[in-house]
Amino acid sequence: MMDWIEIGNLSDIPSRGARTVETPRGQVAVFRTADDAVFALINRCPHRGGPLSEGIVSGRLVACPLHNWVIDLESGAAVAPDEGCAERLSMRVRDGRLWMNLDRAKAASHG
Amino acid sequence: MVHLSARRRLVVIGNGMAGMRTVEELLARAPVRHAITVFGDEPHPNYNRILLSSVLAGEKTMDEIVINPRSWYEEQGIALRTGDPVMAIDRAERMVRTGSGQVVPYDDLLIATGSRPLMPPLPGIAMEGVVAFRDIADVEAMLAASRSHRRAAVIGGGLLGLEAAWGLKRLGMEVAVVHLMPTLMERQLDAEAAGLLQRDLSGRGLHFFTNAQTEAFMGSDRVTGLRLADGREIAADLVVVAIGIRPNVALAKDCGLDVNRGIVVGDDMTTSDPRIHAVGECVEHAGQVFGLVAPLWEQAKVCAARLAGDDRAVFVPPPLSTRLKITGIDVFSAGQLGAQDEADAEVVFRDAATGVYRKLVIRDNRLVGAVMVGEVGDGGWYFDQMRRGTDIGPIRDRIIFGQAFAGAGPGGADPASLPDDAQICGCNGVDKGTIVAAIRAKGLTTLEEVRAHTKASASCGQCSGSVKALLAHVTGKAVAASEAICSCTDLGHDEVREAILTRRLKSQAGVRAALGWKSEDGCAKCRPAINYYLLCAWPGEYRDESRSRFVNERLHANIQKDGTYSVVPRMWGGVTTPAELRAIADVAEKHAVPTVKLTGGQRIDLLGVRKDQLPAIWADLNAAGIVSGHAYGKALRTVKTCVGEEWCRFGTQDSTGLGILLEKALWGSWTPHKVKLAVSGCPRNCAEATIKDIGVICVEAGYDIVIGGNGGIEVRVTDPLVRVESEAEVLEYCAAFLQLYREEARYLERTAPWVERVGPASIKARLVDDAAGRKALYARFLFSQTHSQTDPWGERASGAVDAFEFKPLAVVDAS
Ligand code: SRM
Ligand SMILES: Cc1cc2nc3c(=O)[nH]c(=O)nc-3n(C[C@H](O)[C@H](O)[C@H](O)COP(=O)(O)OP(=O)(O)OC[C@H]3O[C@@H](n4cnc5c(N)ncnc54)[C@H](O)[C@@H]3O)c2cc1C
Ligand code: SF4
Ligand code: FES
Repeated sequence: MMDWIEIGNLSDIPSRGARTVETPRGQVAVFRTADDAVFALINRCPHRGGPLSEGIVSGRLVACPLHNWVIDLESGAAVAPDEGCAERLSMRVRDGRLWMNLDRAKAASHG
Repeated sequence: MVHLSARRRLVVIGNGMAGMRTVEELLARAPVRHAITVFGDEPHPNYNRILLSSVLAGEKTMDEIVINPRSWYEEQGIALRTGDPVMAIDRAERMVRTGSGQVVPYDDLLIATGSRPLMPPLPGIAMEGVVAFRDIADVEAMLAASRSHRRAAVIGGGLLGLEAAWGLKRLGMEVAVVHLMPTLMERQLDAEAAGLLQRDLSGRGLHFFTNAQTEAFMGSDRVTGLRLADGREIAADLVVVAIGIRPNVALAKDCGLDVNRGIVVGDDMTTSDPRIHAVGECVEHAGQVFGLVAPLWEQAKVCAARLAGDDRAVFVPPPLSTRLKITGIDVFSAGQLGAQDEADAEVVFRDAATGVYRKLVIRDNRLVGAVMVGEVGDGGWYFDQMRRGTDIGPIRDRIIFGQAFAGAGPGGADPASLPDDAQICGCNGVDKGTIVAAIRAKGLTTLEEVRAHTKASASCGQCSGSVKALLAHVTGKAVAASEAICSCTDLGHDEVREAILTRRLKSQAGVRAALGWKSEDGCAKCRPAINYYLLCAWPGEYRDESRSRFVNERLHANIQKDGTYSVVPRMWGGVTTPAELRAIADVAEKHAVPTVKLTGGQRIDLLGVRKDQLPAIWADLNAAGIVSGHAYGKALRTVKTCVGEEWCRFGTQDSTGLGILLEKALWGSWTPHKVKLAVSGCPRNCAEATIKDIGVICVEAGYDIVIGGNGGIEVRVTDPLVRVESEAEVLEYCAAFLQLYREEARYLERTAPWVERVGPASIKARLVDDAAGRKALYARFLFSQTHSQTDPWGERASGAVDAFEFKPLAVVDAS
């Protein structure tokens, strides 16, 4: 089941930066790129759980602050040669407002 | 298409480096010819044994040294049986029997059982705490011992023994090396080179006992030490035996194959039974046995070709070279160690002061041996001249100075002219053809990428230069004078800095546009560097870009492994007051800080603070007059002091007061890398000033200023800069030095490598000989400081700066 929830404004996130959102599925990092695209990932690096929200954002990539793995914001996947994937959530931007898709069914099963 | 049942059954005994390399080569040639079963004694998938040294030294993890994970075997359709050794070979029935009782028939059999560490038959050898250095289990035993024990002894001063000793030292143990011969690595090094090596390793804290024969292991259950034949005793709770290896031939011998020292094979890598092949350290070829991987890769190629049906392939042992894989110690050796008769000539270069030694052995105008210590960059080039038997007559008078000075003589080391099978990376056995193919197929553009995909230069790194040259050759891009900042540009740090000044570039986007950046946004590597360069070039004008700062510098706290932060308040010159201590204690209690620790820099660390708690903690500290210690920044960290004249009976000047004065003058400035100072009150140097970026040592006649020290990864003792008479001069020199470093070092280059790179003499010339230049640097520093001495904690605690950083954007409830 799909749930779109409004979480704030595009302008609340610094360009090439991120903010966090606390959700029943855990902390989510919401990124804004230089060209104002918005992406959301569960805020855990596939390497050792580093908070991706604190990484440096460039292009469509974020570099994890702990050991510098580079994660593709669009897919959540680590850039080769590293391997792993951070879970992705869908985002929509409408009139400068941000909507996040939180799958409640999943939320329940993940506690 | 070969039908499944028509496949030949290949059984491989030994899931190690040579065996699996043979399988890889075979699959590349004839992917469906064999149904393959691999038996391994060890419980692991195959891994890079060479890199066990790096695992022990903490430079690699076990996971990182796996060559083929289990999934690879599955994908290739190989049946892998780990932890199940083959116990017997039945040649008549053509089958093997394993420890678990399995009986498996073969059409072709490959023995690749490697070798076993030689263990001396001495009393006590079987005690707990005595280990070899051969496999993962040994390394795990050493890691475990290092956690609960303090003293280790290593028997054997060869390549393996020294790498084990260094790893244990890095793990914090006291390490003694016991060596039978008078000099270390006597098979690879001449006495002089070995002496330099021993001096260097002694300087790093290893203890050596040479000419030392071990007579017995002491202890009852667990080893407690060694006794030498001359009666000396060495206490040790861990003994690593690394005195040599013996080919592992038991299986072959039991089934009646020809065996001398190793399993005898011909040029076709076949044993005395045509169905049975053997590769690796277990074989003997033309009277020779093997202990390095380079020849094994050749064997693997030949054996795979034979198994694939090519009966022309023959094994010719390649010449060998050796390197010691100890970070920061450069040793290279190949071929003859010295002249053997009148026909041989030795050319020697030595510079005792810098610890550089080089010996070449020449016969009939061909290079037949090279031994190098200290500076081994040319090792690969010499080795190549040896392998190819180049006539070095025309460059004989210069060859000792290396490739650059010898000029591109006949057939220089231009990578274009190397044959495809020229080995570039000795540690990992990667040849030119492999590197070139990977660069082409995968579009690689940086050294790091080549390393990730081919493992070339991934171990000791000494072939990095050749890999870079190949990269340049294949991609057709000129090798930049200095290494490019990152893959967004071909320009090096110095070129970018110069352009920022001469073309008056004042924004990140401006730099990227003007200098033709390949990515619109830059990356996590170049953005922090450019941000710093702009900040340094245009103080007061350029606005620091927090989005180009590493998290620590953006949030002004050090991120920890669990995502919490640490808070390190400034404690000027390491001096505090009861009121400050009380304020820190109150903060720790009020905010339930999990750990309060004294740092190695004479101040207090509050660890385990959540991000959202930071502003409140800072506000409370600020209220007590305490500011940020910049423990997170490429900035001034600590100024360590000793008690000095005020209390100490030897103190000659007020070292504590001077330290505080310096810290108050220098704090807040951003620098290429972190900067640490110390002031000692007399030459006893209790503040350890001689391993700091800047040190001041007080003497009766004034103050000695020393520069470029480092106590971190690679310890470097400072160089003397100048002796001055007043505190005001100390301040002027220190600030001018810092400004020179700020303006001319590369981002992330500490003062130690910078001073090393440009030479202490050039810095003296700028600061001591050129008074006007020094004063100008000092003035620029003071101006820059007017823009940087605001407490970042205060700004954020007040909520005026970056308030959004410390709270979530939204909280979504479960309902
Ligand atoms: C806290 C402290 C250890 C302690 O509990 O005592 C420490 C902690 C860290 N050190 Fe250190 N170093 C600490 C004193 C030192 C010292 C001793 C000193 O300063 O007198 C050294 C050797 C001296 C030197 O730098 O020359 C030291 C040499 C290093 C190095 C190696 C630097 C080098 O150039 O070789 C690193 C790695 C780096 O900077 O890249 C490092 C890196 C680190 C990092 C930042 C690791 C990291 O990237 O996260 C640690 C941060 C922990 C944290 O968040 O608090 N730390 N570190 C010390 C803080 C002192 C302070 O009051 O600010
Ligand atoms: C710490 C260390 C550092 C080194 N550094 C370097 C270096 O810098 N450069 C270099 O060139 N070389 C280095 N070497 C040497 C290199 O690792 C060896 O030359 C190479 O691993 C030998 O390959 P191999 O396949 O013959 O033997 P191994 O890699 O030892 O493989 C043999 C395998 O066979 C298994 N086996 C044995 N008997 C049986 C049986 N009956 N049934 C099933 N399985 C069996 C063993 O368990 C083992 O896994 C180093 C070695 C060590 C230990
Ligand atoms: S504090 Fe320093 S020495 Fe200790 S683990 Fe961290 S980086 Fe290593
Ligand atoms: S946790 Fe992200 S790189 Fe290690």
